[in-house]
Amino acid sequence: MLNSVSKNAKVLALFAIISTAIVGMVNEATKGRIAAQEQAQLLKVLHSIIPPKLHNNDIYQDCKIIADPLLGKEKQTAYLAKYNDKPIAVALTATAPDGYNGNINLIVAINVNGSISGVRVLKHQETPGLGDKVEMRKSPWISSFSGKPLPDENDSQWAVSKDGGMFDQFTGATITPRAVVKAVKKVALYFKAHQKTLFNAGESCRPQVDELTQENVESNND
Amino acid sequence: MTDQTSSEYKELAWQGLWKNNPGLVQLLGLCPLLAVTSTVTNALGLGLATLLVLVSSNATVSFIRLWVPKEIRIPIFVLIIAAFVTCVQLLMNAFTYGLYQSLGIFLPLIVTNCVIIGRAEAYASKNPIKQASFDGLMMGTGFMLVLLILGVIRELLGQGTLFDGADLLLGDWAASLRIEVFHFDSKFLLAILPPGAFFAMGFIIAAKNAIDSKIAARKPKVENKTIERVRVNFDAQ
Repeated sequence: MLNSVSKNAKVLALFAIISTAIVGMVNEATKGRIAAQEQAQLLKVLHSIIPPKLHNNDIYQDCKIIADPLLGKEKQTAYLAKYNDKPIAVALTATAPDGYNGNINLIVAINVNGSISGVRVLKHQETPGLGDKVEMRKSPWISSFSGKPLPDENDSQWAVSKDGGMFDQFTGATITPRAVVKAVKKVALYFKAHQKTLFNAGESCRPQVDELTQENVESNND
Repeated sequence: MTDQTSSEYKELAWQGLWKNNPGLVQLLGLCPLLAVTSTVTNALGLGLATLLVLVSSNATVSFIRLWVPKEIRIPIFVLIIAAFVTCVQLLMNAFTYGLYQSLGIFLPLIVTNCVIIGRAEAYASKNPIKQASFDGLMMGTGFMLVLLILGVIRELLGQGTLFDGADLLLGDWAASLRIEVFHFDSKFLLAILPPGAFFAMGFIIAAKNAIDSKIAARKPKVENKTIERVRVNFDAQ
């Protein structure tokens, strides 16, 4: 009896070790590619809201972690775009807590001359077919922010048209665009308040930059 | 001998694709079936992932069937399935990143898809590797076909398109596969939302049953013509 129990335990342990080893090997083999995919995805989004022609630094590496109630509860990231070390634009991630179905994660790019460069939704759980028109893939609505001057605290125009503002809502969905419009406004207010310090050095979002990428950044800056 | 094996494979294909279809007859794995079939691309992605896991797990379970003690076979099957699902998940994350994101939680949930553990226990643990892999292939294909049909119906009704977002699965060239069948301003929301999936599923099952009963109704008549003496049976009915 005891014999068979210990035998079974050994067989089970053996299988656990083998399967873990296989998963570990696949993980090791795909790790680099997954990181590259995530980076490529992020760069694609960043380049769609900050034209790559306008900056010559490695925007993926040049970022810092910020936290502010205006941007949402979680820690957010600021990606800094510079041309020959001169600030050009900044892309800030932000969370809109009041979507129809939970949080909407946004990234908002703002030019240092005081206009919105572009906005994209990174993640959301809005109703398919209604609220999901905030995605660029489904509707160009989100690009209506591009080029707009930054709003003031009491800017009555910075709202959906149902509330007397300049942004359309979608048929059947007002809550989602309202949440996005509000979140973008808050990001703009944050930018206005912190414009001077934003481009100073801060807590980098990539603590371990290996030497190779560092060299790349430097050569890019030349 | 060869005749026997070929008829065995035929029977496996018939069982997996139609008679004992995991989606339509066994009604297994309903959760991903209904949740991700809002577009053809999602359906195809999840179908392929399930197919891959099913074939590999069936083959492995069949390979080790003689060494595994009966009492602990289920935990070992689950271990094997979980390992394969994790590998598929990692591979999809690496090579089809966009699709990996749009499938979300339903990719790791393949572990809990009863089709896979069901086939491991019911078939693969009692049969040689070749047959077990073929059974996995057929069951997986049957499941994928149901996913695809559901995806086509729901995407067509809900968005008026086909293969929207195929580039997420197949690479950038596939963006041109997208077909806009018809255009409407306000989408037919019900088809995209989960209730629409239940309705569509119901209609598909009903259609399958209707076809089955039609075939069943036709069969005796054919037999009557070929074998006259079956009439005795007919009277008894």
